[in-house]
Amino acid sequence: MAKKEILPRQPMPEQPPEERIKNFKEVPLGYTPELAMKEASRCLQCKNPSCVKGCPVGVDIPGFIRLIREGEFAKAIRKIWEKNSLPAICGRVCPQENQCEGSCVLGKKGEPVAIGNLERFAADWEREHGTGELPPKAAPTGKKVAVVGSGPSGLTVAGDLILKGHEVTVYEAFHKGGGVLVYGIPEFRLPKDIVAAELNYLERLGVKFEYNVVIGQTITVDELFKMGYDAVFIGVGAGLPRFLGIPGENLVGVYSANEYLTRSNLMKAYLFPEYDTPIAKGKNVVVIGAGNVAMDAARTALRMGAESVTIVYRRSREEMPARLAEIHHAEEEGVKFMLLTNPVRFLGDEHGRLRGMECIKMKLGEPDESGRRRPVPVEGSNFEIECDLAIISVGAGANPLLTKNTPGLKLNKWGYIMVDPKTNKTYKKGVWAGGDIVTGQATVIQAAGAGRIASNSIHDYLTLGW
Amino acid sequence: MFEILRREELAGGTIILNEISAPLIAKKAKPGQFVILRATENGERIPLTMAETDPEKGTITIIYQVVGKSTALFKTLRVGDRYLDVVGPLGKPTDIEKVDGQVVCVGGGTGVAVLHPITRALKNIGNHVVAVIGARTKDMIILEDKMREASHELFVCTDDGSYGHHGFVTDVLKDLIEKRDVRLVVAIGPVPMMKAACEITRPHKIKTIVSLNPIMVDGTGMCGCCRVSVGGEIKFACVDGPEFDGHLVDFDELSARLKSYVEQEKIAYEKFKCECHA
Repeated sequence: MAKKEILPRQPMPEQPPEERIKNFKEVPLGYTPELAMKEASRCLQCKNPSCVKGCPVGVDIPGFIRLIREGEFAKAIRKIWEKNSLPAICGRVCPQENQCEGSCVLGKKGEPVAIGNLERFAADWEREHGTGELPPKAAPTGKKVAVVGSGPSGLTVAGDLILKGHEVTVYEAFHKGGGVLVYGIPEFRLPKDIVAAELNYLERLGVKFEYNVVIGQTITVDELFKMGYDAVFIGVGAGLPRFLGIPGENLVGVYSANEYLTRSNLMKAYLFPEYDTPIAKGKNVVVIGAGNVAMDAARTALRMGAESVTIVYRRSREEMPARLAEIHHAEEEGVKFMLLTNPVRFLGDEHGRLRGMECIKMKLGEPDESGRRRPVPVEGSNFEIECDLAIISVGAGANPLLTKNTPGLKLNKWGYIMVDPKTNKTYKKGVWAGGDIVTGQATVIQAAGAGRIASNSIHDYLTLGW
Repeated sequence: MFEILRREELAGGTIILNEISAPLIAKKAKPGQFVILRATENGERIPLTMAETDPEKGTITIIYQVVGKSTALFKTLRVGDRYLDVVGPLGKPTDIEKVDGQVVCVGGGTGVAVLHPITRALKNIGNHVVAVIGARTKDMIILEDKMREASHELFVCTDDGSYGHHGFVTDVLKDLIEKRDVRLVVAIGPVPMMKAACEITRPHKIKTIVSLNPIMVDGTGMCGCCRVSVGGEIKFACVDGPEFDGHLVDFDELSARLKSYVEQEKIAYEKFKCECHA
C-alpha cells in the first residue's frame, strides 16, 4: 500500500499587509473549494478525536471535515449546526490554537488541521451558495422566552429555542444586533454583513428582535414576566470599561477601547464623514493592553491613518492573551510592541488634550491569581513617550444597569451573575444567564456554549418545570 | 414607533420641539432622564433630555437647539416622519426633595427645556420655587408660560436687554441668594452658566444640582465617553448622572472634552449645508 503523502497545512489566502492597512476589508480571504477539500484530506479522522474535546461546544469536527473532503458542503454546514449556531463567526474569531487545533494530533509533530478555516469555509459556502433551507421547527409550544442581549450567548439561546417550538423575542439595547460581534470586533475581522446574515437567519426562523430596549431601564425583568414571558435569559455581556485610574485619564484623546471600537465598528466612524459619528484620528497612537481587543484597536488606528501605533503591555510576549493570528497580523501590519511597560500618567497640553504618556519599565515576579507572573515596576525607570491618542484596553467588568434593577439575582463580589454551571440557572426563578455577565470577559464560543447549556435547561423547564 | 406627532419651531427656528410617539419610554420616564436618538442609518446617536412626557398619550417631547449636522438633520424631520432609533429612559431621575426654605431653578438657553419638568416636580412636592430663565435675546427665550406655571415666581433675563431683566440669570440668582433663604439651586444650561452658578452658591454652601451634557455614544455606561470628574472620582454622566452636585464637578475638564470633535463637527456641518443647497 502506498504511503500517504504528508500534505502541509494549506495556507489561508490573505490580503498583503501593505494593502490591507489601507482598507477595512477582511484580511483572510477564505479557502476556495479546492483548498478546503485539500486541507480536509489532511484530517486523520481519529477514532477518538481530541479536537472535539477541545471544542467548547463539542462540534463533530472529524464529521464535518469528512463531508468537506467529499465535496458535501451543504451537509458539512448542517453537521456543524448541530452543535454551533454561529460557525461563520467562530471560524473567524475562535482562538483555535487553544481549542480544537491546539488539541489536534497532527499538531504534535507538524501543523494541526486548519479546523477554523474549514468551519469558516462551510459557513461562507452556505451563505453564498446554499439553498437557505431552514431546519425543521417543532410544533408551537405556546411558551414565550425573552432573551436579553443579542450577542453570541443570546443568539445561541434564541436559535435553539425557536427550533424547539417556543416563541422567542430578543431585546437589544443598541439599534443593531450582535453585541460584541457588531460593536467590538472590527469589520476587517468580522464583516458586519455576516453578523446581519446570522440575525436574518434567526428572523427567518421566527425570532423577533426588539432594538432600542434597555432591559433594566425601559422594561425590567419582572415586567417581562408580567408581559407574559415564561422564561428570561440574560446575556448582556461584560459592558463596563475598565480605566487605569491614573492621572490624566480624562484628557481629550484618551479612550476606552469600548468607545473607540463602538465608534468605528457599530457607528462606522471609519467612514466619516459619510457616516456622521466622528472618531479621533491619532498620529502617534498607544494602545494599553495586549488582548484581542487591544489588537483590534491598534489595527483600527493603523487603518485610520496613524503614523505609529504601539501596544504598551505590562507583561512579556508569552503572557499576551490575544489570539496568535491577531498578534501575527498586527505585527505584519506594523504595529509596534513595547512590552514590560506600564503607563504611569497621561500628559496633556494647555487645552486639555493628550500629548504624551509617562511610562515605567516592568519586570516579572511571582505568579498572581491568574497564574501569570506578576508584573512589578522597576523603580526609577520612568520615561516619556509622545502620543496624541491612547486607547485603554485592559478589560471590561459587569455593567450593573440590569442587575441592580433585577431583584432576586445573586451576584458575586465583582457583580457577575451567579449561576448553577450545569444549567446556567440563576437564583431568580425563571431566569437564566450566560456569557460574559457570568464569567467575566471570555470568548464568543464560550458565550455560545453557555447559551447552549441554558437553552437546554430552559426547554426542560418549559416542558417539565423548574 | 418614534413618529413625530407634533413639531414647533421656537426662537426663530433655531430651537425645535418634537413630540414623539414612544410609548414604552413615556410610561417609564421620570424628570431628569434622557433619551438617545438617531435619525438615519448613517446618523449619530445623540442624547437629549426629555422636556415632557405623556404616559397616557405615549409620547415624549424633546427640545433641541440646532448646533451642528445632527441637530440640523433632525430639524428637517416633519410631522409624520420617524426617528430611526430612540432609546430610553436613560440616566438617573432627578432626586426631587422637599426643603425648608426656597428653591431656585435657573435655566439658560435650551437648558430651560431640561429644567421645566424638574421645576414642576419640585413645586408639586410642596417647595416654594423661584424660576429664573434666560437667553441671549428675546427670541431665544423658550417655555416662558410653562415655567411660570411650574413655579411660584418667574424671572426672565436677556443678555441684550430685549426682554425682562437686562443681564445674566446668575445676576438674578446672586440677588435672590442675598435676599432670601435659598436652600436648593438647580442650574441647567451652557457649561459656563452652570459653572458660574456653582461659584455663586459655593460660599453660601447652598446645595446646587447641575445637569451635565457631555458627548455620549451608547448611553448605558459601556463606553466611558461621557465620563466626568465629580469630587475627584470618575462618574459616567449616562448612568451616574446626568445630574450631579455642581460643587464637585470639574467643569473645565468637561468643557475641554466637549471640544473633542470640533474639527469633525465643522466638516460634517459644512458638508450638510452644502448638500442642502445643492
